Amino acid sequence: MNFYNEMMDANDGVRAHYKAYDEWLKATPPERIARKRAEADLAFHRVGITFAVYGEEAGKERLIPFDIIPRIIPPHEWKSLQSGLRQRVKALNMFLWDVYHDQEILKAGIIPAEQVLNNAQYRPVMKGVDVPGRIYAHITGVDIVRAGAGEFYVLEDNLRVPSGVSYMLEDRKMMMRLFPELFAKHKVAPVQHYPDMLLEKLRAVSPKGVSNPTVVVMTPGAYNSAYFEHTFLAQQMGVELVEGRDLFVKDEVVYMRTTQGPQRVDVIYRRIDDDFLDPTVFRADSSLGVPGILKAYQAGNVTLANAIGTGVADDKSIYPYVPDMIRFYLGEEPKLNNVPTYMCRKPEDLKYTLDHLPELVVKEVHGAGGYGMLVGPASTKEQIEHFRKLLIEKPDGYIAQPTLALSNCPTFVEEGIAPRHLDLRPFVLSSGECVNMVPGGLTRVALTKGSLVVNSSQGGGTKDTWVLED
Amino acid sequence: MLSRTADHLFWMSRYMERAENLARLLDVTWQMSLVPQSLDVANQSWNAIIALNSLEEAFEAKYSSVNAENVLRFMVSDADNYGSIHSCLRLARENAHAVRGTITTEMWETLNSTWLEAREKSFEQIWGAGIGDFFEWVKMRSSLTRGTTLGTLLQDESYNFIRIGTLLERADNTARILDVKYHVLRTHEDEGATDFYEWGALLRSVSAFEVYRKVYRDVITPDRVAELLILNKDMPRSLHFCMNSVIKNLDLIANLQSGETTRQAGLLHAQLHYARIEDILEQGLHEWLTDFMDRIYMLGDGISKDFLVPMSEAA
Repeated sequence: MNFYNEMMDANDGVRAHYKAYDEWLKATPPERIARKRAEADLAFHRVGITFAVYGEEAGKERLIPFDIIPRIIPPHEWKSLQSGLRQRVKALNMFLWDVYHDQEILKAGIIPAEQVLNNAQYRPVMKGVDVPGRIYAHITGVDIVRAGAGEFYVLEDNLRVPSGVSYMLEDRKMMMRLFPELFAKHKVAPVQHYPDMLLEKLRAVSPKGVSNPTVVVMTPGAYNSAYFEHTFLAQQMGVELVEGRDLFVKDEVVYMRTTQGPQRVDVIYRRIDDDFLDPTVFRADSSLGVPGILKAYQAGNVTLANAIGTGVADDKSIYPYVPDMIRFYLGEEPKLNNVPTYMCRKPEDLKYTLDHLPELVVKEVHGAGGYGMLVGPASTKEQIEHFRKLLIEKPDGYIAQPTLALSNCPTFVEEGIAPRHLDLRPFVLSSGECVNMVPGGLTRVALTKGSLVVNSSQGGGTKDTWVLED
Repeated sequence: MLSRTADHLFWMSRYMERAENLARLLDVTWQMSLVPQSLDVANQSWNAIIALNSLEEAFEAKYSSVNAENVLRFMVSDADNYGSIHSCLRLARENAHAVRGTITTEMWETLNSTWLEAREKSFEQIWGAGIGDFFEWVKMRSSLTRGTTLGTLLQDESYNFIRIGTLLERADNTARILDVKYHVLRTHEDEGATDFYEWGALLRSVSAFEVYRKVYRDVITPDRVAELLILNKDMPRSLHFCMNSVIKNLDLIANLQSGETTRQAGLLHAQLHYARIEDILEQGLHEWLTDFMDRIYMLGDGISKDFLVPMSEAA
């Protein structure tokens, strides 16, 4: 397979936008770099920028490895990515409005109705609910990869509770602290205003008639894997971080319990899944949610970001239709590529998949976080046969895609500097007509040689992402 | 402020203060045990520490006999003992973790690294390195936490709840130390020299030895020690001082339902403000302190109901 190297061209020359960095790297003594790397580790530990790993010892926290070689994106590449992202997220929000209202796209036969309406992520309780600004996905994390010839693909859209933005911000802070001289040499577009931008968006979607909304961040609690990020965002925006037990609903209005008595809450940036939000409607065993919150939401007395029911648009079985959504709602050709996808519920696609398992990536339709997937070329015979059985048993639970030759970038590993595969997750913010993002996003890197799985729960690390300015 | 946030802040500061007071108490007991004395007397003071914290049952379940090493192991490093320094530092950190967005980065880093360091220290290491060093370390970490709080935290409600937690805990701890030590020392009152060292050690345990000298410029007598620790309004670990600060901070956070708690706190403060040590001793110090500790407990309970875990409005 031919991999695109972010830093080096095909003739082993350094790409133009990496020249200045390369010179710096060559001129900097290895001992200084080693010292700085140790310093970064220590700082991340002391500050407690950690995440919990499910399935490991309860309460155990791990550092996400941070690599000091940045992922650099030249201005023209970012411009085209950005306009592609705007287009895509706009269409996804229009799709969500549509499927919970008139369902034009289903009537037009663009997407088979049963694909949407029978989807476990479709929430009938949202039918006819008018959300402010017609925005469902206020925060979208779009996973983008670059393949062999340097072309970008959208791997998946995350419209539920995408995480990782705190690492984007902390990575930048760390790089500036460790190597200030690099920022003098490069015009790196700033990202630190993300929390401000987020707060502005959240305030913009407050319920009708509320001029000075009370915004809160809602977390499942201290043992959630992304708890650090929840506290970080609440602190950076200067809003309360609440848990379900801090909130209660009275007469279809949400209040939080404060030391000065109940206080009304208008906008909830919730980092908790639909299933756990309201035990009277969704999972009854949820102790994380707030009884009655759905009624308050349906009555328009509180805004949830993201909205309930966004999962129907980022489901892997809906993903293949996103280019059609863009054409249908915007009348434009998609600017970002979709990865060709085999939908195993279709007999011919299933047959192709079963015949080509060793070359394909197979994903669970509702899976996330790199759990429950098969990377054909990197799997053993047993693993492949195990998936064959799963596919035959439950074909509509899976999709398959060709194994992309994910681009790589030089990375510090045990044996020195070596290329490792990476992806990019920009965080796209929407309110009304306006779709914004800070330049770049979170770059995740697979630290194991040859691995194509970059998820932090699977041992992936992160890099600072630099979008250069003209 | 969220009630739950206030609750975590309150307990974060209580556990840190408790760790410090425990270190002080264990340190002084350890130092006193180095002064020549009968084994009986020595074991009695170790026994008193277990009794002071009402941990007799938990201790007896794990250890066969009361001696310096067993009690220190139990009270310093035993993770199963919720009253050990180890557990207090862990709980302080856990409470801080739950509100790390509310406290400053410096405060969080201080509490977190205190716990990370404490976790690495086994009892054998602590014992081997000289246990006095460990007690000094705990006191320093507590001072650092308090200093960072004072130097970085916005003095809003969060600061008030932290102060109330700290001072209620301290008042309770000072009362306990005095209660137990006064009793033990009084029953063994004999030759002047031992007395001097023992009363001196008690004063040192609350950093009041030099203070005593400054205030009284005279020999150490039990009644004056009691007076200093209970009634002196300027001594940072006295009951009067603690209550002064509690009512000040309570006033600042008052809400619609906290009237009765404020009244009780004011009443307790007034009694300290206008009391005479002669009257307290006449009533019986032990009885008086027991009553004081009960009322401190009630006060904590009231604060909890009024501010920290209000249940009433959830229909």
